[in-house]
Amino acid sequence: MDEIVKDFLIESNENLDRLDQELVKLESEPSSKELLASIFRTIHTIKGSCGFLGFTRLEKVAHAGESLLSRLRDGLLALNEEVTSGLLAMVDAVRQMLAEIQSTAHDGENDYTELREDLKRLQGIEGTPAESASPVARDAVEPTVAPKHETASAMSDPSPVPIGAKALAAPVKNTRAVGSDGKQRRPSAGKIGGLLVERGSVTPEALALALQEQEGGDQRRLGEILVALGLCKVEDILGAQQILESRGRESGVETVRVGVNLLDRLMNLVGELVLARNQLLQFASSTHDPGFLAVTQRMNLIATELQGEVMKTRMQPIGNVWNKFPRTVRDLSHSCGKEVRLEMEGQDTELDRTIIEAIKDPLTHLVRNSMDHGIEVPEARKRAGKDGMGVLKLRAFHEGGQVNIEISDDGAGLNGERIRQKALDRGLITPQQAAQMSDRDVFNLIFLPGFSTADKITNVSGRGVGMDVVKTNVEKIGGLVDVQSSPGRGTTVRVKIPLTLAIIPALIVTCAGDRFAIPQVNLLELVRLESDEVEKGIEKVHGVPVHRLRGRLLPLVYLNRELQLPEEDVTGDGAVNIVVLQADERQFGLIVDKINDTEEIVVKPLRKQLKTLKTFAGSSIMGDGRVALILDVMGVAQRANVIAELREDHGMGDKASLAATAAEKLRYLLFAGPGESRMAVPLDTLARLEELPASQVERAGTHWVAQYRGQILPLVNLEFALQERRRSRQQAKFMANTATAPLQVLVCHHEGRAVGLVVEKILDIVEDAAELKYPASRPGVLYSTVIQEKVTELIDIPAILSSSGLSSTASGTAVANAAEAGS
Amino acid sequence: MAHTSQFCTFYLDSLLFGVDLQGVQEVIRNLDMTQVPLAPGVVRGLINLRGQIVTAIDLRQRLGLTAPAAGALPMNVVVRSEDGAVSLLVDEIGDVAEVDEAAFERSPETLTGPVRAMILGVYKLDGRLLHVLDKEKACQVGETVAVAH
Repeated sequence: MDEIVKDFLIESNENLDRLDQELVKLESEPSSKELLASIFRTIHTIKGSCGFLGFTRLEKVAHAGESLLSRLRDGLLALNEEVTSGLLAMVDAVRQMLAEIQSTAHDGENDYTELREDLKRLQGIEGTPAESASPVARDAVEPTVAPKHETASAMSDPSPVPIGAKALAAPVKNTRAVGSDGKQRRPSAGKIGGLLVERGSVTPEALALALQEQEGGDQRRLGEILVALGLCKVEDILGAQQILESRGRESGVETVRVGVNLLDRLMNLVGELVLARNQLLQFASSTHDPGFLAVTQRMNLIATELQGEVMKTRMQPIGNVWNKFPRTVRDLSHSCGKEVRLEMEGQDTELDRTIIEAIKDPLTHLVRNSMDHGIEVPEARKRAGKDGMGVLKLRAFHEGGQVNIEISDDGAGLNGERIRQKALDRGLITPQQAAQMSDRDVFNLIFLPGFSTADKITNVSGRGVGMDVVKTNVEKIGGLVDVQSSPGRGTTVRVKIPLTLAIIPALIVTCAGDRFAIPQVNLLELVRLESDEVEKGIEKVHGVPVHRLRGRLLPLVYLNRELQLPEEDVTGDGAVNIVVLQADERQFGLIVDKINDTEEIVVKPLRKQLKTLKTFAGSSIMGDGRVALILDVMGVAQRANVIAELREDHGMGDKASLAATAAEKLRYLLFAGPGESRMAVPLDTLARLEELPASQVERAGTHWVAQYRGQILPLVNLEFALQERRRSRQQAKFMANTATAPLQVLVCHHEGRAVGLVVEKILDIVEDAAELKYPASRPGVLYSTVIQEKVTELIDIPAILSSSGLSSTASGTAVANAAEAGS
Repeated sequence: MAHTSQFCTFYLDSLLFGVDLQGVQEVIRNLDMTQVPLAPGVVRGLINLRGQIVTAIDLRQRLGLTAPAAGALPMNVVVRSEDGAVSLLVDEIGDVAEVDEAAFERSPETLTGPVRAMILGVYKLDGRLLHVLDKEKACQVGETVAVAH
């Protein structure tokens, strides 16, 4: 294919993407002259290029669109839905023809006669020109000081609208004709003329005179004419030329088109360079030649910087994916009979190209889902007391080396009961699990594969069509998906993804003589227990090792045992190194022989032969040239059953694993409740156990709070929360009862923030299957069961908190704080 | 000479094997290897082949032969498979053999089991048989893992 055709295709496709957005935007602001002008220009350019390249069919379609647009622009036609749809159809047709050209180098057999007829018909509609549209557009160009105004506006306009003699001399109405005839007459003359007027070097009249000379056949340049006529000084002309040149440099050749393949190759090479650099650094550390050390240092810096810059070339704003959503939303809202406003925030958030590609489809799916099932039809919305126009919000932002993308709607929200029932019907969860599940866990059931096969119609809440695919795709690139919803208020799906996949910072550890890399994203902290602390530091819960990390039990996993490697004490000093890791939302400690260093590693995927190993995410070449495996923290955690409970909770596993874990033992925290009763709560629902001095309890509004880790922790006294509702009095009594002794507080996360539950006394942590169940006798209790051969009430934390007025009151800052505390 | 093919030959437990020369990337001596915990036994580890990470497959084990003598250093026959380069560990490297197509015969029916799929047939050479290895099949260990789990 000709180079010129290729360029035409690339350019036109880019323009078309913009057109889609601009047309949708134009619909909401029909009076925007700039938008119309830009749309017109794009179509005009395509039409012009087609004629030149001989794509007559495409030219005809573009021409039909252009004619319609010109009537809009001239205010002879009002923009309405039908016209917009027609124009969008035209854009689609052009896009199809471009695709045809791409594959066959010919603009296809389809004449799009119907479409062109349609566009013509729309042109003919003698609509009263929209009151708002045309007069504004006209007023905007109404001349006051005609020549000067025109020159100035053309200066600021990047389009190739020439400033000819006619433009200056003739009344403004003609300037349109000049603008749209598309001929570029000496744009430099116009530019320098405009600049001279702008700088006050010449009067507009003088410029008009000089331009007339030029029109009249004078071959000299404008500046020369001006000087010859004695209207301007040579210095002024030279000065203006310099300014023009510098402007040209700024706005001219700023970007170069580079093939993606080339960028990928560059990235690979930089990867190799980083490896070589690592090797060099290792080698340098064993020599003492200062000259050599200095050179390696420099080399190190340069390589790091180069790596950063090359990474940047692969970064693209997420807006590139979002750009097509306004159109999607418009089309869907028309077809579903809904009114939806799309809001986007953080379009500039940048992501690696490969990741952008990978999340394109999942995001589209989520947007469609929100449109399809989330947002209700206007009547239903009004009945629910909401604005008839729904809002679909896309938000992207960086957080801790990751990118968060939120897709939220203000629709009906998910119906927890329905989902629970459906999961039960489909046998995805057991009745017992269903009873234990919190709403949030229930919502996450929609990501189960079995859930997606549901037919849309019977599924009232509707979500879950292909949600498992969304989840799989996001997880494939190391991301997470989470859904939050409140009935009647809407649903938010949050996608967390890494910035890049190619080069990642990692912690290198040694286990049984082999090195392993742990991605830094999963790393929370490192704990070292000296040999004399080991006995105290590692406790056993029924034989299962745990470590008390700031009062919280951290399950411990021995890497060598999990990987079936021989146990050897490499360090020989009996010390234990614990790498505290985060897998999904669970923390665990990985015991390794030695902690080496952090390093930037180049991720190389594992080959087919080893793809089935869930414990490894890939491999990398270390500084000494040997290969090291990259641990998949999720995989290790799953293997060690650290997150088996979580899978059950979140219902993320398949049916088999759910059934298998159903009867497994859970760890419970036992505590004394009001009136000597024994109560329990699953340990994993708690974040920490704390002892707070009574003096720290303060009052904030209607709630009792304590300052905790730099934040405000709302407190709920279980004793009162479980009694009948006499809240004001209870709250007042809060202090009286607890004034002397320190408070025993169970810290848990509720609706994204930390909440403290004050209990009488913490008894024990036990592991029990707690299979027996007896219905609850009072609100706030899930059910009674037998733990350690004593009847124990299992409390329902979400219910207690919401009845204490702590639900859904989280302000933005509280949520943010809690998120910080949780991370 | 239109009816001849070239094979890269090697020995495994005194048997002579060959793979199509076209599919062989290179033959190298024993390289430093990183073992992969939990991997199927036939995967001996990963090697760094000039910046490329290559899986090394213990061909003896793959073909159900006895384990090599302790301390024996295997050779790497790096073949190009559908999934990139894979190193096949062999005892010893032979010559490049040019064999007559007419000397080919399929494996006898009495050769059964998983090995049968990996041996395309034999060339009847002077005094010995050259086993023709299907390198793609030999490299497919991922599937067997899936079954084993």
